[in-house]
Amino acid sequence: MGGQAAGPVPMEGHDFALWEKRIDALMVLCGQKGLFTVDGLRRALEDMGEDAFEKYSYYERWIAAVNQNLLEAGVYSLEELAARMDAVAARGPTYAEAQDG
Amino acid sequence: MAERVRVKALTPPGHVRAPWYLRGKVGVIERPLGAFRNPEQLAYGLPAEEKPLFRVRFSMRDIWGEAAENPDDTLDAELYAHWLEKVDHHAS
Amino acid sequence: MPHDHHDHDHFHHEGMSPSGHPYRTDNDGPLTYWQRMEIAVRELLLEKGHLTPTEIAAQIEAMDARSPANGAAVVARAWVDPDFKTRLLADASAASREMGFDIGPLHLIAVENTAQTHNLIVCTLCSCYPRNLLGLPPDWYKTREYRSRAVREPRAVLREFGLDLPDDVTVRVHDSTADMRYIVLPARPEGTEGLDEAQLASLVTRDSMIGTGLPRQP
Repeated sequence: MGGQAAGPVPMEGHDFALWEKRIDALMVLCGQKGLFTVDGLRRALEDMGEDAFEKYSYYERWIAAVNQNLLEAGVYSLEELAARMDAVAARGPTYAEAQDG
Repeated sequence: MAERVRVKALTPPGHVRAPWYLRGKVGVIERPLGAFRNPEQLAYGLPAEEKPLFRVRFSMRDIWGEAAENPDDTLDAELYAHWLEKVDHHAS
Repeated sequence: MPHDHHDHDHFHHEGMSPSGHPYRTDNDGPLTYWQRMEIAVRELLLEKGHLTPTEIAAQIEAMDARSPANGAAVVARAWVDPDFKTRLLADASAASREMGFDIGPLHLIAVENTAQTHNLIVCTLCSCYPRNLLGLPPDWYKTREYRSRAVREPRAVLREFGLDLPDDVTVRVHDSTADMRYIVLPARPEGTEGLDEAQLASLVTRDSMIGTGLPRQP
């Protein structure tokens, strides 16, 4: 995206939420343990396409990339992921209720 | 004299760390950085060989031409040796 | 649940987070698809023995403990100790470790601002940042706007940050495209001869170490 035309730099920021910090930690720890490389994460981010940048927030894109790499590494199956995401949703309507099984 | 290099103007699909806006541009080696595992292999979970990495300095004039905001400002980027080709001082 | 930040540096403001922003209440909002994915991925990693809850908590704590104050301490040391400054410019990773900062495998290069040169850091390919020294990057650093424009019109970007550089100052932009990370060593402000190292560190802002700002005046 270097060199492309774009508007003023948005200066507003936010403090990171727990789910964002957890994604950051998963990214670092899985990299340290050799489950994927940061290059693998970047590749998955790029493969999401340019419009992913507009549609999803930073850590939303990163958990998608982490998950993509873990699936490719065979750490868990798509079936396991789908079942667990379904189970998580059943725990309650907020992150606080759903965050620990 | 500083070594002049051109970033290869290649456009393969897939994960590459040479930014688009520098492809085909000429700069000078600012410093060697040592060898690092090739991200183009790491990105696909493959065993990766170590490749020499350089910091290359470009003038804004050489990147953006007439559209440069300030021609004498510079841009440094890290580029792998396999993305660089030597520029002959006697040729263009 | 409130955030678990520790009040450990001078960047903290009353009622605000260490980054100077209001605390969020995400935990009470409706569960999103991506939050479900985070929970599921984390639990699968734990169950399969790849990670432990202790490791995750320790990593979050380690990142929370990293802040621009670490970089400010390094900068202030370089301002008062010429030999340290020489070592910093030769190998910023080693110099940071020498001061006791755990920066992990970070390959850090320090670039010096002078009367003739102003340095600016960006990562156009993703969001590379000297996070193991300065903590997580500010949101603007990760935006399309900053990443697109910093390499093409850095002076216009700097004006949006309130920094209008004269034409006789050369701007050097550094695009963190591969394995190095960068920190700007800002110029020591005029009129700070009488300040000690800790007082000098308090003048060093996060933005002055990315190049989108200058140190505070005493």
